[in-house]
Amino acid sequence: MTGSVGPPLLDVRDLRVAFDTEGGVVHAVNGISYTLHEGETLGVVGESGSGKSVHVLAMLGLIPRPPGRIVGGQVLFRGRDLLALPERHLRRVRGAEIGFVFQDPMSSLNPGMTVAAQIIEPLRIHLGLDRRAARARARDLLDLVRIPDAAARLDQYPHEFSGGQRQRVMIAIGLACRPKLLIADEATTALDVTVQAEIIALVQELKRELGMAIIWITHDLGVVAGLSDTVQVMYAGRILERGPVDDIFRDPRNAYTLGLLRSLPDLSRGRAGRRRLQQIDGSPPDMHHPPPGDPFAPRNTYATPRCRTEMPPLIQAPGAAPGHLVAAWYDLPARLAEERAP
Amino acid sequence: MLRFLAHRLTLAIPTLVLASMIIFALQQLLPGDVATALTGEERDPEVIAFIRQKYHLDQPLPVRYAYWAAGVLQGDLGVSVRLQKPVAELVLEKLPVTLELACLAMLVALAIGVPMGILSAVKRGTWMDAAANGIALWGLSIPNFWLGILLILLFSVHLGWLPASGYVPPGESLVDNLRAMAMPAFVLGNAIAAVMMRHTRAAMLGVLGSDYVRTARAKGVSPLRLVLRHALPNAAIPIITLGALEFGQLLSGAVLTEQVFSVPGFGKLMVDAVFNRDFATVQGVVICTAATYIALNLAADVLSAVVNPKLRRA
Amino acid sequence: MSTGTPVTGAAGIAAPARIREPGSLAAFWRRLCARPGAVIGLAIVVAVVGMAALADVIAPYDPTATDWGAVRAAPSLAHPFGGDEVGRDVLSRIIYGARASLGAGLVSVGLAVALGLPIGLVAGYAGGWVDGAIMRLTDALLAIPFLILAIALAAFLGPSLTNAMLAIGLSATSIFVRLTRAQVRAVAAEEFVEAARAVGNPPWRIALVHILPNIVPAILVQATLTIAAAIIAEASLSFLGLGQQPPEPSWGAMLNVAKNFMEQAPWMAIWPGVSIFLAVLAFNLLGDGLRDALDPRQRT
Repeated sequence: MTGSVGPPLLDVRDLRVAFDTEGGVVHAVNGISYTLHEGETLGVVGESGSGKSVHVLAMLGLIPRPPGRIVGGQVLFRGRDLLALPERHLRRVRGAEIGFVFQDPMSSLNPGMTVAAQIIEPLRIHLGLDRRAARARARDLLDLVRIPDAAARLDQYPHEFSGGQRQRVMIAIGLACRPKLLIADEATTALDVTVQAEIIALVQELKRELGMAIIWITHDLGVVAGLSDTVQVMYAGRILERGPVDDIFRDPRNAYTLGLLRSLPDLSRGRAGRRRLQQIDGSPPDMHHPPPGDPFAPRNTYATPRCRTEMPPLIQAPGAAPGHLVAAWYDLPARLAEERAP
Repeated sequence: MLRFLAHRLTLAIPTLVLASMIIFALQQLLPGDVATALTGEERDPEVIAFIRQKYHLDQPLPVRYAYWAAGVLQGDLGVSVRLQKPVAELVLEKLPVTLELACLAMLVALAIGVPMGILSAVKRGTWMDAAANGIALWGLSIPNFWLGILLILLFSVHLGWLPASGYVPPGESLVDNLRAMAMPAFVLGNAIAAVMMRHTRAAMLGVLGSDYVRTARAKGVSPLRLVLRHALPNAAIPIITLGALEFGQLLSGAVLTEQVFSVPGFGKLMVDAVFNRDFATVQGVVICTAATYIALNLAADVLSAVVNPKLRRA
Repeated sequence: MSTGTPVTGAAGIAAPARIREPGSLAAFWRRLCARPGAVIGLAIVVAVVGMAALADVIAPYDPTATDWGAVRAAPSLAHPFGGDEVGRDVLSRIIYGARASLGAGLVSVGLAVALGLPIGLVAGYAGGWVDGAIMRLTDALLAIPFLILAIALAAFLGPSLTNAMLAIGLSATSIFVRLTRAQVRAVAAEEFVEAARAVGNPPWRIALVHILPNIVPAILVQATLTIAAAIIAEASLSFLGLGQQPPEPSWGAMLNVAKNFMEQAPWMAIWPGVSIFLAVLAFNLLGDGLRDALDPRQRT
């Protein structure tokens, strides 16, 4: 974790989000708390429905309301509670101090506006640049995200760009006002694997150049490995485990994290070390009626009776690196050791 | 763009040809001898003979159609037996009146329907949405000739503010022209406004739920700019194309509106022709209506291509 | 749709609306009853149907009987809706007029469905040049605005209620051809139809047993909305003098006469208009309600 001294950039406290649907209330985010420091890169991992995307959208007032609803909590960004800010003030944070990159670059860019117009927009709104200055800045931004021949492409429409290039444009928009925090929501999911790698490499470079904090939301633990300082595993609207990326990969303490790791191909080991990929059995809980205890318990072979009735708190994992937190009633390393012993 | 235009034209022309065939075939429905029927109340054998020769009635139907279509292409829509004038001349005389009425009505429809649709989409689920939907349902269900009668009752009979009927050419007095057109245009536009409101609402809802509108919100764009700059231009394409389809309804409605307010347009010409058994005029009016309708839809396609950059460059 | 173009209604149904799961008829009825608009629409429809069916019983007077004492009489206890230009009872004429309106709505839409459904099935299922030819023909028919086509047909057929129904029905046919074809193509692409084909069902069986039941809801919705349009169209034709011929009562024809007596006898213009409005509103409400209840996913 870089820059962990001083007050955090982002301090999420007991955030709860629900959706009112015809089938009842969906509890999408169920009290999550974490902090993010300046320049830190946080990878948020979980499957769809884990609340990983919803919670960042909710932070910035981007979930549709109704049916969405913030049930409780605080989100302190540079000391201000975003949830308490009126929409008018929140707009000054969106796109200026916090940049967003969304999943599908195909549908996330306005098909009827030129790329220049879309990049210029936040510059004019937040920085008050005049048309000419904003345009010059837009060209620089396209250069920054390595789009060749930027000047000539400014006046093209999104459909004239390839998928990867469109995602680069999205990143340029997200970075336009030099935000303190860039949130990327499944930013590479819709792309081919090779393009995915290019985008990740680009983000790593930009992070070094610009030094902003990043929240990288993905369902792919593999993507997180190369990019993040910290990993946070979410399931059913809760954080099950969180800690320094190396420590999480080396010493997972939650059975769900272990399951995710075991479903990854491990290319670092030699042929002899390779093992069969495993999948996690069962399906995610019905979020209309989340189970009373640990939401992963029904799918967890290591679950104890207490797991089914009581949600474990997220606490420092004993014997793990500092800042490695886990929510589990069971002792995963001990159980794994038992398994290995005959 | 040119290819797109050419493609649309290749679809429009056969449609028009087929429509003309259907319209021509209508005279087969006339009971008894076609020549006698076509001459209407006229019983002069000379006229009947003229008609028989003019329409090549001794020839089989396809040949007759060919003669007729060739005439139509040269601007010869036949002769109104009743009015003793070429139908083309009558149509050209009346068409501007109906087009003025239709354009004013479309303005009314757009001015009421589009803002109402935007409002109801943006304020979805609120009382404003419910009110807008209620008004649209009212507009869809009220027969426009009845609305016309009620307005005459109120504004002409009771208040005496507007003339109940008649038409003043705009060249003569623009103010009197607009005074005479105010009620007919409102009555005609009212029903289309309801349809436009529904189209606008549906299109706006689709666009407002799109990813790129979320992107714009994430950029800190203001709600007004969000609607006007991001959502509306993208919703405009379906609104334009569906709106153009409403021109057919506009022309249908004009027949009744002109009847109620005694506006001497196309619709009045047609209804009068129907009662005078002046079938050449009926056919002429219908074929011109179909041609106008097809042309307007073509224009709407071109317009939506102008709005949509993807189509424009294709 | 006050001039009676039902074309726009078709645009409202893009995807096939379907009832698949068993026991869904009860669920559908519950969803329908949960919508106040649909319930009001259904209630008015039932009332109008009752009025038309029981006209002989409930009408206080013979609708064509003239009474010189009641010429343009203001509403009174004897004539609650007043008297018309030759002293006929307006209330009785309204009650009997429901027959013309409802009859025209049902008969013309019945005709349009009876013609449009099989043609649309053939076009959607056969594809190729058959489809192309049918589509161009409907394009051409749709290029002639609905009411103008109906007026032209009525003009050439001669003015009568029967011919008006025929004209409206023929004019509305292309809407059902279009809708059926679009629905058939959507349903035919689905896996259960593929499966039925794979196990060797003959085309006619696939069309009738597997496809038809799945497109019924969409047709039902469109038919309901088209009845509304057809009622206006009949009223319009009768208003122009091309529908129901005097002295038989029809709401549209009553308005035609009423507009000449607007100053002296405004009640002659009010009640027929209110009747048309309510009947059309009812079918529009019911159609919207049916659409929502049949396919909750499409609700906006």
